[in-house]
Amino acid sequence: MLKVHNLSGGYGKEPVVQHISFEVNKGEILGILGPNGSGKSTLLKIISGILPKQEGTVEIDGQDASVYSQKQFAQKVAVLPQLHAHAFSHTVKETVSLGRYPHQSGLFSTWSKEDERAVQEAMAYTGVTKYEHTAIEILSGGEQQRVFVAQALAQEAPILLLDEPTNHLDIAHQQQLLDTVRSHAVEKGVTVVSVFHDINLASLYCDRLLLMEKGRIAMIGSPLDVVKDSMISSVYEARVKTQPHPELPKPQMTLLPDTMDEMKPFIVTKEQFEVSSKHVSLTADQPLKTLSSAVHNAGMGWYRAFVNRHVDANYNCDDVQAENAAYLEREGFHLTETVGMMTAVTTEHVEIEEFIGEFGSIIIAVTAGVGNAVDVSKTLTRDQKQRIGTINTWVIVNGHLPDEAFIQAMITATEAKTKALQDEKVLDPLTGTIATGTSTDSLLVAATQRGEWLPYAGPITPLGKLVGHGVYECTIRAIRAYKIAKGWTV
Amino acid sequence: MNKTGIAYIVSAATLAVAVWLGVSIGTVKVPLSTFWDSSDTTATNILWKIRMPRVILAGLVGASLAIAGAAFQGLLKNPLADPYTLGVSSGASVGAVVTLFFGLSIPMLGAYTLPIFSMVGAAVTMFLVLGFARLVDRSMKMETIILTGIIFGSFLGSVLSLMIALTGEELRQIIGWLLGSVSMRGWKYIVMVLPFVVIGSFILWLNRRELNAMLFGEERAHHLGVNVRRRKFMILIGGSILTGSAVAVSGTIGFVGLVVPHMTRLLWGADHRHLLTLSFFNGATLLIICDLIARTIISPSELPVGVITSFIGAPVFAYIFYRQRRKGAM
Repeated sequence: MLKVHNLSGGYGKEPVVQHISFEVNKGEILGILGPNGSGKSTLLKIISGILPKQEGTVEIDGQDASVYSQKQFAQKVAVLPQLHAHAFSHTVKETVSLGRYPHQSGLFSTWSKEDERAVQEAMAYTGVTKYEHTAIEILSGGEQQRVFVAQALAQEAPILLLDEPTNHLDIAHQQQLLDTVRSHAVEKGVTVVSVFHDINLASLYCDRLLLMEKGRIAMIGSPLDVVKDSMISSVYEARVKTQPHPELPKPQMTLLPDTMDEMKPFIVTKEQFEVSSKHVSLTADQPLKTLSSAVHNAGMGWYRAFVNRHVDANYNCDDVQAENAAYLEREGFHLTETVGMMTAVTTEHVEIEEFIGEFGSIIIAVTAGVGNAVDVSKTLTRDQKQRIGTINTWVIVNGHLPDEAFIQAMITATEAKTKALQDEKVLDPLTGTIATGTSTDSLLVAATQRGEWLPYAGPITPLGKLVGHGVYECTIRAIRAYKIAKGWTV
Repeated sequence: MNKTGIAYIVSAATLAVAVWLGVSIGTVKVPLSTFWDSSDTTATNILWKIRMPRVILAGLVGASLAIAGAAFQGLLKNPLADPYTLGVSSGASVGAVVTLFFGLSIPMLGAYTLPIFSMVGAAVTMFLVLGFARLVDRSMKMETIILTGIIFGSFLGSVLSLMIALTGEELRQIIGWLLGSVSMRGWKYIVMVLPFVVIGSFILWLNRRELNAMLFGEERAHHLGVNVRRRKFMILIGGSILTGSAVAVSGTIGFVGLVVPHMTRLLWGADHRHLLTLSFFNGATLLIICDLIARTIISPSELPVGVITSFIGAPVFAYIFYRQRRKGAM
């Protein structure tokens, strides 16, 4: 366990780091973050004894570190420096063996079995055993850094300090190195303190983060507490936005560039839609931020082309994704920038309409078939096969929406659709009750993210009103067209 | 048999061969049997009174310069460092040249006035250099030490040049001494230099593992648990003792201290746990062979051994360097 209390110190008379206090528990990884010159490396150097402290204490296992001799300190604390050069050539094993220096004493200090075991273990752990007799300067940067990790691990110290360990490493080696450190901390209960340049890496691998600003602590806490837009923006003086990691509860941040071509205004119009017997498609000038339940490229993302493809009602395929992707490619759509849906409905019956509001315009496109309409409140015990989507709704917004407005727009659109089915008296054929939708409806909301800022899309907001009205109108018309086509009405 | 074992055996064997060649070859050929059969008094006298002390002195000087060079190169992390980098040798030279220039001879010391003055010069210089370096920079960084060595070395060098410029008939003597020689010194010189060789080498050997750690930089060595400041001081003093005493008894013999460590490193690796000892052996071997050539090549005259070390050493080094690089490239 490492405890730093009220630590100040640095190079000259004026202390670079001031009044730093924190504790790191056994098996915990603490990341030190901060802009250039904030004193994060200096802090690490004061803790490891390279630079003098002017005030405060560093405690290791409850003992003041200054009572230890250099050798005793190295038995307790191992340090992994940044990648560095060396004058004469050593083999990998010789290099790793130096990690045993603090454990050797006496005039002849023979190499013990314990030393050999520690070195072999460290080399195996970092995967450098196969280079054992190779000179280190022949190895690549990533491999060299692994050798130095092995050297630090061979020290078998309960505390490990790292100074930007992944500098100059490619992403595969960054991951390898930090995975090694992480599993070492978890398995052996080693306490780790590491300086990071990369906020996202630190957030991913650390249990807690210490954010430094001008030699002082700006914030210390979990990654969720520290990696926040406002915190990072003010300390680093950069425009950033944080978002959740796709798989882990660790925030990640991205820079928001000030000037880019992508920021120029543009709008989507009804005229950009194309309708044929094969599909309905929309190709915008620039990508739209899109949230959808499509077949191809579902979820949140930025896409330029949108395709609602007609397939036969009995369409059956083992790999729908691959077949659909092949279709899109054949039709000349770029897979990475296209959202693809499917419908059994005749695509020429699509209802496309532009609605103008005070903020700008939205465009609604609906294809509807109600052959397998469903009352959602009565489906719990039903055993029915999924079929190809039957009411596909697109909501295209010329405006700037936050994530929550996308979700509100989806709710509003869904409610409007349900109301349309109710007013058209579409029944669930199995229960005879009013249907709320069909078994496989799809919905897409896309926005240009230019122009007016539209923070909400609930039913009584300017955007919500337009979405509700537009989806209702278009769905009604689409259902009627479907009924006429099926010969249910005249 | 591992590579390290082979390295020690090969180095010791070549040293033994060099010693044997050194004592047997000359205007009078001394057969190997003279070692145990003293019936031939002339051969016995030549062996024990003239050639053996000369060979041993050459060996001690070569060994001292080589081990000091290996330690300085490792400590300063600079392949161009040699025992003379610190300027201590210039101090020793000034001590010696002052003796010759003024024709000094202290009654009690007699013929040993020169080596003793020379050692005093070396010791004074060592304390001045280390003291000044410490004054400039308490942590005594490598750059500080190298620059301090250059300052003192060039200053003392100019003192030497001044005396050479002003000198008259002693010129030949002074130049001869500066070029370096181990001839006609006898056992007393060996007795005089031996304690310094033993102490200096022992101090360096004690720091063999610390030198390995310091090759990765002072900061890294500190992290590995080395008391950098104390160890650095020990290595500088050990190396200076060796250099000062070697120069005092033989003059400034170049090349050995620079190149023997490199040759040893190329052949057997950079691990100081072995490099120091192996350099010690190889330095002795090289200087014994060079001295043999220096006294036989234009017999009956002799060349200063310092001329031969570079003359023989440079091509040998070039060959090893070439072969190793080619091997590395393939």
